[in-house]
Amino acid sequence: MTTNNYNVNEQGYYGEYGGAYIPEILFNNVEELKNNYLEIIESDSFKKEFDELLKNYVGRPTPLYHAKNLSSQFHTNIFLKREDLNHTGAHKINNALGQILLAKRLGKKRIIAETGAGQHGVATATACALMNLECIVYMGEVDIKRQAPNVARMKMLGAKVIPATSGSKTLKDATNEAIRDWINHTETTHYIIGSVVGPHPYPDMVTRFQSVISKEMKNQLLEQVGKENPEFVIACVGGGSNAAGAFYHYLNNENVKLIGVEAAGKGIQTGHTAATLTIGKPGIIHGSKTYLMQNEDGQIIEPYSISAGLDYPGIGPIHSFLHDVKRANYMHVTDKEALEAALNLTQKEGIIPALESSHALAVLTKLNFKKTDTVVVNLSGRGDKDLTTYINYLNQNDYEK
Amino acid sequence: MKNRIDNLFQKKEENILSIFLTAGYPNINDTLSIIKILDTTDVDLLEIGIPFSDPIADGPIIQQSSMKALNNGMTLKVLFEQLQSLRTITQLPVLLMGYLNSVMQYGVEEFYKSCHEVGIDGVILPDLPLNEFDNTHKALAEKYDIKVALIISPETATHRIKLIDLKSSGFLYLVSSNSTTGNFTAIKQNSYKHLTEITSLALKNKILIGFGIKGQQEFEEACSVANGAIMGSSFIQLLSTSSNFEKDIPEFISIIKNSKS
Repeated sequence: MTTNNYNVNEQGYYGEYGGAYIPEILFNNVEELKNNYLEIIESDSFKKEFDELLKNYVGRPTPLYHAKNLSSQFHTNIFLKREDLNHTGAHKINNALGQILLAKRLGKKRIIAETGAGQHGVATATACALMNLECIVYMGEVDIKRQAPNVARMKMLGAKVIPATSGSKTLKDATNEAIRDWINHTETTHYIIGSVVGPHPYPDMVTRFQSVISKEMKNQLLEQVGKENPEFVIACVGGGSNAAGAFYHYLNNENVKLIGVEAAGKGIQTGHTAATLTIGKPGIIHGSKTYLMQNEDGQIIEPYSISAGLDYPGIGPIHSFLHDVKRANYMHVTDKEALEAALNLTQKEGIIPALESSHALAVLTKLNFKKTDTVVVNLSGRGDKDLTTYINYLNQNDYEK
Repeated sequence: MKNRIDNLFQKKEENILSIFLTAGYPNINDTLSIIKILDTTDVDLLEIGIPFSDPIADGPIIQQSSMKALNNGMTLKVLFEQLQSLRTITQLPVLLMGYLNSVMQYGVEEFYKSCHEVGIDGVILPDLPLNEFDNTHKALAEKYDIKVALIISPETATHRIKLIDLKSSGFLYLVSSNSTTGNFTAIKQNSYKHLTEITSLALKNKILIGFGIKGQQEFEEACSVANGAIMGSSFIQLLSTSSNFEKDIPEFISIIKNSKS
């Protein structure tokens, strides 16, 4: 075993990225988490409860599916890690359940969360219903309109959905509102951040909860192809939690090529993009030092992507670090490329992917694979929530195949 | 010349009134004209807010003023250009308050240097962590004689208050309750009493109470437990409704200071 050089250090940094850039009012909460999270999540009682929920409630392990039609299209061996088959339809539930068990052990009675596409909001509302905790979800006013089914789900699950009306009224603003709520309710409230962003220890904590993805991948690859390590792991990146989970157990194995895929939106030069690592530079957003999209004055630029889950101007500090040290390679694909990839998967394999995950699928056309390569694409979520977008695209393009 | 914040506290230890205004609000060229009017009043200290797109510690009033200021074209560069003539219009101590990303993009040393050049006396950076203060900011602030007023809250542990007090310069900024700025409902009447536990500690710095100081009554109560108080949101509210700054600003200040001046 080599030691992991890519983990967060004791001060909460990945290289120069990460840290905890928070107002003093939040110090006690963040410090309490920092001092307790490792001990709690590594305790036997926590592991037992978490593992049992992942198995019997979420439906883990999720299948690793050898996509033969896709494989012959790209002349290689493509496997899909089926996070879309999780309860609530995406990988987000892994983290929501982990954090709610942690919050209970810290004696918190009130849960807040931010959400973009609504997947993390639904996962958190689900976990709160299960654990009988009060749940408040902040969601951008714009996202509330474009993700109506998930808003309905959250309300049905008993969560209160509060619209974020500041700024661009999307994920970044929902996150600002959630942080402000936390500042106003420090004693009672745990904030379940949905991605590997925010002040330390959130990026590491969320990465650990999502690392079950690559842990299962290793076992499943060993069983199906006789080796734990693929040549490629590909995942989409907004904040980057599914990618962090899919990369985690491969970080030290430099032979495994790690590919993160950002949303280019209408194109990286168009001003309508969410490709943070491509057009951003280091700064501070939501309590963490990381790459972010900003102007010369340090004002954060409104991101754009067709996918509400990738529509974020920052990125988890772990990805900023992996990008700088070149351990992972970050690519970007446009809205249109993602839509085409979604239709291709649907028609070749009978699986309708989430728009976010479609960005990961879209780089299959851009990479050069050997016939003998094993390629794992993390299919982070299912496409039910994106049907309106897909149908509009089909109608516009009079799609027939 | 000694730092103006130190000078102030040497002469005066009670009923200190600090006023916060957002740079470039309500109009881009209002920053200095408002300061000029404030200079004629009994205000003791001024804080100029550097507008930021994502101000997580601020409530709706200051958020909206920041958004308006940014739309007006305010940037940190523009602000420093405006402040070139600051010392021709006032000798009050002036601090800049802003989020760390603005400072980082401007350049940390460049920032303290520019502060020094235009006659800024101190800064307040709510999201500056102590480790980064120690490693980077402390030495640069000292080099350019800029005070860095650090923030404590009612829930900050005593040992940590003492640690922050040691590092803080100018004064200590005590947040009145765990809330964002301008949350006037978070503070109940006579609720500053619990802060005496903090303000009666033997600390090196003078203490100013901020966040949620709505009017004369809150100011007076805050002054009864600390050296003074900071008003931001209610002053911004005044600016957003007033059509006659020359008349309304002095009136606002004299009501706050009442018999206190």
